[in-house]
Amino acid sequence: MRRLVGVAAWFSAILFFAPVAWMVLTSLHSEPDAATNPPSLGAGLTLQGYEEFFGAATGQSPWPPLINSFSASIGSTIIVLLLAIPAAYALSIKKVEKWTDVMFFFLSTKMLPVVAGLLPIYLVAQFTGTLDNISFLVVLYTAMNLPIAVWLMRSFLAEVPPEILEAASIDGAGLVTTLRRVVAPIAMPGIAATALICFIFSWNELLFARVLTGVVAGTAPVFLTGFVTSQGLFLAKVCAAATVVSLPVLIAGFAAQDKLVQGLSLGAVK
Amino acid sequence: MSLDTAPPPARQQRRATPPAPKGLSAAARWARRAPLLPALIFTIVMTQLPFVATLVISVLRWNSLDPDNRGFAGFDNYAAVFTDANLRSSIFTTVILTVVVVVVCLVLGLGLALLLDQKFFGRGLVRTMLIAPFLVVPVAAALLWKHALFNPEYGLFNGAITWLWSLFGASNPPQPEWISDMPLIAVEASLVWQWTPFMMLILLAGLQSRPMDVVEAARIDGATAWQIFRYLTFPHLRQYLELGGLLGSIYIVQNFDAVFTITSGGLGTANLPYTIYQTFYQAHDYGQASAAGVVVVIGSLIIANFALRVVSSLLKDEVK
Repeated sequence: MRRLVGVAAWFSAILFFAPVAWMVLTSLHSEPDAATNPPSLGAGLTLQGYEEFFGAATGQSPWPPLINSFSASIGSTIIVLLLAIPAAYALSIKKVEKWTDVMFFFLSTKMLPVVAGLLPIYLVAQFTGTLDNISFLVVLYTAMNLPIAVWLMRSFLAEVPPEILEAASIDGAGLVTTLRRVVAPIAMPGIAATALICFIFSWNELLFARVLTGVVAGTAPVFLTGFVTSQGLFLAKVCAAATVVSLPVLIAGFAAQDKLVQGLSLGAVK
Repeated sequence: MSLDTAPPPARQQRRATPPAPKGLSAAARWARRAPLLPALIFTIVMTQLPFVATLVISVLRWNSLDPDNRGFAGFDNYAAVFTDANLRSSIFTTVILTVVVVVVCLVLGLGLALLLDQKFFGRGLVRTMLIAPFLVVPVAAALLWKHALFNPEYGLFNGAITWLWSLFGASNPPQPEWISDMPLIAVEASLVWQWTPFMMLILLAGLQSRPMDVVEAARIDGATAWQIFRYLTFPHLRQYLELGGLLGSIYIVQNFDAVFTITSGGLGTANLPYTIYQTFYQAHDYGQASAAGVVVVIGSLIIANFALRVVSSLLKDEVK
C-alpha cells in the first residue's frame, strides 16, 4: 500500500513537472533539434536559444521589458507594504471599531473583475499623460495587491500575543520601541511572505500592462506576447524566453512554498 | 480566521480577542483610525471609482472612432450585450471554462493532496515538482502549451504519440491538431495544469491540520479507511474545498492570459475578459465594453456574495 502511494505520487509529480522540464530542455536545444518529431531527447545542449533571446540580432532586446517588470513589481511592492503594515496594525493590535467590516470591504474588492475597470483607468491614463509610463502601472499594481497584503499582514500581526504587548507597556516601552523590539521580530516572516506574493502577482500581470503600456514601458509578459504567433523555427528561443521570464517567480516560489500558499489563501489556511 | 473545525489543543485556549474599543474619546478613536486611512482611502479611490465610471459609460453611446455621435443610450448597450451573438457566447464560454477548470482542479488537487498526506520516499521533492506549474508565469505557461506541447508538427504530445507508435512498429500515428480540433479543451487543459497545484496545496494544508487524535481513536474503534475519510476527513476538508473553489473561481473567471495566448479568443474560446478587451481595444466601442463589464461585475457579485458568506463563517472564530 505504502509502495503504491509512492509510485502514484511520483508518477503524478513527473506528469505535472514534465512540461516545465520540457520547456527548459527545449530552450537548451538548437532550433533544428527543438523542432523534431519524435522529440530528440539526446540532442546536444547549447545556449543558442538564450543567445538569440538576449542578442540584439533579433532586433528587440528583452532587457528593457525585464527592467520594467522589476521596477513595476518592486516599486509597487514597497508602496503596498508602506500602506498595508500600518493598516494591519490598526486592524489587529490597536483595533479600530468595525474592523471586520473593513476586512470584508478589502476582500470584496478582490471579487470585482479588473476588466470592468479597464476603460476608465485607460481614460485616466490618457488624460494624465501617463500612458506607456511605468509609474502608472506601479499605482495600479499597488491597488491590485493592497487588499491581499492587508489581509495577510493582519493575520500575521494578530499572532502577536497581547500579553507581550501588555508586558512591554508595563515595562515602560513606548510605541516605537514596542514596534521595533516586540512586533517587528514576530511579523518579519509575514512581511517577507507578503512582499513575495505582491511581487509575483505584479510580475505576472498581463491585461493592464498590455493595454496601458507600449513601446517604452512594456513589461516582460507583454514582451512574451510578441511570441504568440511565432512559428516553429523559433521554438528554442520561445522556450528560452518563457524560462527567463519565469525564473524570478520559480526561484522565489520554491524558496518559500509554505508562505506562498498561506498568502494565496488570504492567510486563512494556517 | 482559522479554518479548523476542531482546533488542536494548543489553540483551544485561544485568547479572547480584546473587544473593539468603545468609550474612547473622539481624538483617541481618530488616532486608532489614522494608520488605516491611507490604505482604505487609496483602495476606495482605486477600486470603487473606476466601477462607478464604468457604470456611467455603460449607458452612453460612445465609440471613439465616431466621436461626434456621443450621447445618452439608455439600455441600448445592455441590449447589445445580450443580443450580440459573440458577447452572449462569451458569457457561456466564461461559465463553462470556469466550472470545468475549477471542478477538475479540485478533484485532481484532492487526489494529489491525499497522496502527499501519506509518507513515502522523496515526498519533499514530489511536492516541489508538483508546485512548479503554478510558478510558471501565466503567459509563459500558455506559450509553452501552445508551441512546445500542442503544436501538431513538433509539439511534445504528438512527438510522444509518434514515439509510442514507433515502439510497436506502426508508421502512421494519429497526429491531432489539438488547438484547432478542441480549442476550449486545449485552453482548459493548460489552466488545469496551472491551477491543480494551488488546490492541492490548500487541501494539503487542510489535511495536515486534522486533529489526529480523533482519527487515531476512530481507527482503534475499527473504522475503515473509507469511513475515516467519509465521516472525519471529508467534513474537515469541506471548508478548504470551498475556499479553493472560491479563490479558483475568482481567478479563472478573470482569465485573460491563456485565452489571449493560446487561441487569441478564436474558435469559440473568447471569454468575457477577452471579449471586453477586444470591444474596447479593437472596436473602440467604449459604451458596449462598459456594459459588458457591468455584466461581469453582476456575475461576480453573485459569486462574491456566496463567497463572503463562506468566508464570514471562517471569520466567526474571531469575530466578536
